[in-house]
Amino acid sequence: MKTSIKFLKRFVPKLEVNNEAEDRDFAERITLSGTKVETYKRLNTNIEKVVACRLIKVEKHKDADKLFVCMCDIGTNGNIQIVTGADNIYEGMMCPCVLAGGKVPASAHDDKIPENGYTIKKGTLRGIESNGMLCSIQELGVEKDLFQDLVDGIFDLKEFNCSPGDDISKVMGLDNTFYDFEITSNRVDCYSTLGIARETSATFGLDFIKAKTIVKSNTSEKNYIDIEIKDKNKCSIYASRLVKNIKIEKSPMWMQELLRSVGIRPINNIVDITNYVMMEYGYPMHAYNYDSIKDKKIIIKCAQKNEKFTTLDDKEYQLDEDTLCICDNNGIIGLAGIMGGENSMITNDTKNLLLECANFDGTNIRLTSKKIGIRTEASNLFEKGLDKYLSLEAIDRACELIEELNAGEVCKEKIVAYIDDKGNNQLIDESINKLNAPINQITVSAKKINSILGTSIEKEKMKDILDKIELFTKIDDDNLIIDVPSWRKDIHIDADIAEEVIRFVGYDKIEETYPNTNISPELKSKKEKTLDKAYDIALHSGFSEAKNYSFESKKVYDKLCFEEDAIERDTIKILNPLGEDFSQMRTQLINGMMLSLSFNYRNKNKDVKLFEIAKKYVKTNPNEDIISTLPIETNILSLGAYGNIDFLIMKGIIEELLISLGIKRKAKYIICDHTKRPYYHQGRCADVFIGKELVAHFGEINKNVSDNYDIDRRVYISQINIDILEKLSNFDCYYKPIPKYPEISRDLSLIVPFDKKVELIESIIEKNGSKLLESFKLFDIYEGTQLKEGFKSISYSLSFRSNDHTLVDEEVDTIIQKIIGDLSQNGIELRK
Amino acid sequence: MQEKIEELKRKAKQTIDEAKDSKTLEDLRIFLLGKKGKITSLMQELKDIPKEEKPAFGKLINEARDYIENSINDSLLKFKEDLYKKQQILEAIDIGLPGKKPNFGHLHPCTKAYLEVEEIFHKMGYKVVEGPEIEYDEYNFEKLNIPKAHPARDEQDTFYINDKILLRTQTSPVQARVMEKGEIPIRIISTGRVYRSDSVDATHSPTFNQIEGLVIDENITFSDLKGTLSELAKALFGSDTKTRFRPHHFPFTEPSAEMDVSCFKCHGKGCKFCKKEGWIEILGCGMVHPHVLEMCGLDKNKYKGFAFGMGVERIALLKYEIDDMRLLYENDIRFLKQF
Repeated sequence: MKTSIKFLKRFVPKLEVNNEAEDRDFAERITLSGTKVETYKRLNTNIEKVVACRLIKVEKHKDADKLFVCMCDIGTNGNIQIVTGADNIYEGMMCPCVLAGGKVPASAHDDKIPENGYTIKKGTLRGIESNGMLCSIQELGVEKDLFQDLVDGIFDLKEFNCSPGDDISKVMGLDNTFYDFEITSNRVDCYSTLGIARETSATFGLDFIKAKTIVKSNTSEKNYIDIEIKDKNKCSIYASRLVKNIKIEKSPMWMQELLRSVGIRPINNIVDITNYVMMEYGYPMHAYNYDSIKDKKIIIKCAQKNEKFTTLDDKEYQLDEDTLCICDNNGIIGLAGIMGGENSMITNDTKNLLLECANFDGTNIRLTSKKIGIRTEASNLFEKGLDKYLSLEAIDRACELIEELNAGEVCKEKIVAYIDDKGNNQLIDESINKLNAPINQITVSAKKINSILGTSIEKEKMKDILDKIELFTKIDDDNLIIDVPSWRKDIHIDADIAEEVIRFVGYDKIEETYPNTNISPELKSKKEKTLDKAYDIALHSGFSEAKNYSFESKKVYDKLCFEEDAIERDTIKILNPLGEDFSQMRTQLINGMMLSLSFNYRNKNKDVKLFEIAKKYVKTNPNEDIISTLPIETNILSLGAYGNIDFLIMKGIIEELLISLGIKRKAKYIICDHTKRPYYHQGRCADVFIGKELVAHFGEINKNVSDNYDIDRRVYISQINIDILEKLSNFDCYYKPIPKYPEISRDLSLIVPFDKKVELIESIIEKNGSKLLESFKLFDIYEGTQLKEGFKSISYSLSFRSNDHTLVDEEVDTIIQKIIGDLSQNGIELRK
Repeated sequence: MQEKIEELKRKAKQTIDEAKDSKTLEDLRIFLLGKKGKITSLMQELKDIPKEEKPAFGKLINEARDYIENSINDSLLKFKEDLYKKQQILEAIDIGLPGKKPNFGHLHPCTKAYLEVEEIFHKMGYKVVEGPEIEYDEYNFEKLNIPKAHPARDEQDTFYINDKILLRTQTSPVQARVMEKGEIPIRIISTGRVYRSDSVDATHSPTFNQIEGLVIDENITFSDLKGTLSELAKALFGSDTKTRFRPHHFPFTEPSAEMDVSCFKCHGKGCKFCKKEGWIEILGCGMVHPHVLEMCGLDKNKYKGFAFGMGVERIALLKYEIDDMRLLYENDIRFLKQF
């Protein structure tokens, strides 16, 4: 929301904001009372010693074709000579002039806006002295677009009322500060200078003054229009007034100045008045050429499918059955709340005009403007949901200004159509009074307000504040009885009043305390502990944490080589994604990991280890198109690496994680079903089971898949189900005595045929080890020329111990013999 | 006899001192102190000494043996020390060589920032609660006082799965779920991913993480909210951090505020970092709206509470001075290793 100090001063006359320090103070204080200033700008920043001057003599420079020498009358300081290169000057012209030593904010040659502006010095141009500079509008830091029919070159002040020597800031109304506010969605009333003025009044404790709108109306025209609202859900009120014999001309300078101060280009009195009222009331209106309206009939209804319409900016649009239109008996004359039509627009020949001030459903305006692709100031305001009763006031304000500016004859009749529970009504003149905005009275207790805030504000102080923002309040014992006007739709309950009060008392006046609740300290849950361990193990294993998007393209399932009917492809889809690449909730974390590894590989990072702890999303009922229940969100620890990594390192990390989670049951490693996990190397992947639960799978990524991600290295991935591990975890920890008796250890070096797996050897060791076998460990694998072809050598170290006596060799020898015998039956021999 | 003893001591001492290595000393030990050594033979000569003089001479011989023994041990020790001195010189390491670091991984900056916040609230007795990311419209909006036509529900901001189910736009639905259980007092924080329909750029991401807090009890006031969050700001950004509460609007709190902290770069003087304001916006907060309490089944006349929420990415970007949000989702190891 844009407004300016001079605009605000029309309602808060005592507001004084006159320099940059005061600009900043205003911004800060109004921000702290809830109307946040986004940006502000003093319009005459870096304008120093710039005055209006009259060119009393203009001559060509004798030594330069393109230069002119001007004698300038600068008022009481006499005449000075200035050399200029602009060619739009003429004798008698009034224009802005920077005196030597003065400043302008911008340059005509450079787009840069330096912090301290440009200082103009006395100089000599081709031998002729120049004592200042004549300025263009850009050099004064004013947007070119704010002037209609602007001629390039020196700015002509002919329309301004000024004399030589007058301060240019005063002449052009630049002694003003522009403010742009961020307005929250509950404060639609603040999309108006009036709204900001009320806030200003309460923030600074200054009086808010708004004169009653008076339309004198000497002309009359009965039944000038018949209004019918057909689409009752999309338009709640439609107010109209007729203005006869309009005279289109420029609006007065005060109005032009205020419009420019908020960034609006003045056009002519009629357009300017509607814009001015929009800035003042935050309510858009539209003016039609009354004589173009067929049968003096206005119908508010939706367009037909594919109906075409040309707006006043000469663009054609195709409409549909949801586009609300203003029609006459010939067809559409305007897009409701968005833009008028070419067929009914005001031109220089227009004699009579029909003013419209209506209220349209915000959601419909928002959707329509998005669908057909036009956004206007009007549609922006309607989208927010305006107070319909304000339309009656705004239309009168426009008529008051038309009379004030002598722009036409306002007819005294007012014709309004509105929708209530009885349906369509049309009201004329006095009967409109019964449409007076309702006032919602609420009663709240001052004590309750203080108990919400933790304060002790006196009720008189509360009343004082509320009155300032026109929430007129009566005190009744401890209660405040508050009249809430129709434009404060956000105020219903005591908490709302508490906020209004404290905004202006100041949040900084509230003490800082701590909740006095009786609550015991929280211990970490099993889930948090499991996650902590997962983080610990990943970090200690050298993996760094990544974050990947939860949604991805359905193409990733092809990249990962999933079969057509793989369950992973049964994803939850987003109805309105940012694009196909972000359209499906992931059912695995492998793609994200591969993308991150690929990014690192592309950036030539060597030896990359990443992990992510995040969710996968799986439908509760497979193949359900429109899910009816929330999906299962499973926390996955996803590890991925290339470089210094191999299968056994990945396996070791999983083993370590299981130990640290206190999972005592031995994990079973089973080679993956390749159809289910097609992204793995067929001989280097494993599912990890604890009992019947699949807790993880890991392996080397299939070359086809790593090629799809442009990684020319062996990539290892591991996917660990944290939620299942949480169930299996056990954080109890008990001491086991340190053994009293010594161990006996034996090494076995075995010659093993290639097709025999370690699992077989270990099961034989375990089976025969008896309770004396404390532990065993594979410590060497050798494959090479010194061995028979088809064989490898595997070495184990076995450790035996008894907990009640010192073992003797013979006890261990018997066991070893049994093991060797059993191995031998399986073709595995002791290495000689 | 006495002379003989003195002579042995003198000669032994001289030979020990002249010895060049420990082997010579060990040989000397046998020669002098061994079973057939000099001291033994002196002992044997005692039998020729008159009986009354025997004890005195015996004592002298014993003293000589101790003397020789100590001299040998001293010399041996000296050899050992010299040897080790030489060894240390040989084994000297260039201490300028790089250390062998244990190869630990690094946390994501967002996790790092979150853990700092979590720790503060853990100490204040808050429990960490989780909720679903794919959530019912009812919890994400309806129960949080955001009815059907509310602008905050615009499709532009929310990813929908279908009419009833969406990707949560905030962690606040967790609040509704906790309140519904009705176990008062409540003192929780919640964190996780949330989703908004924003295209990826330097300051936006369609997914980010939030931290949400909720306190409900009988006598909670806005001043409790202020105290708690000022404490958080100090813990996060330093003990001299000032806070400022600005009125704001959220549908699920009333009164509502945004909290700014004094710029930790310029300490409030105004700099580039804080866009000359001296303040940096950190979080949104407010007193839980009575409608929300009611819709979640709590007695709005009995209970009050406060809630707050902040973006984890925002905290991380500010704290670690990261200037582009895209870095957080690229996972470049050179970036991650800095945290």
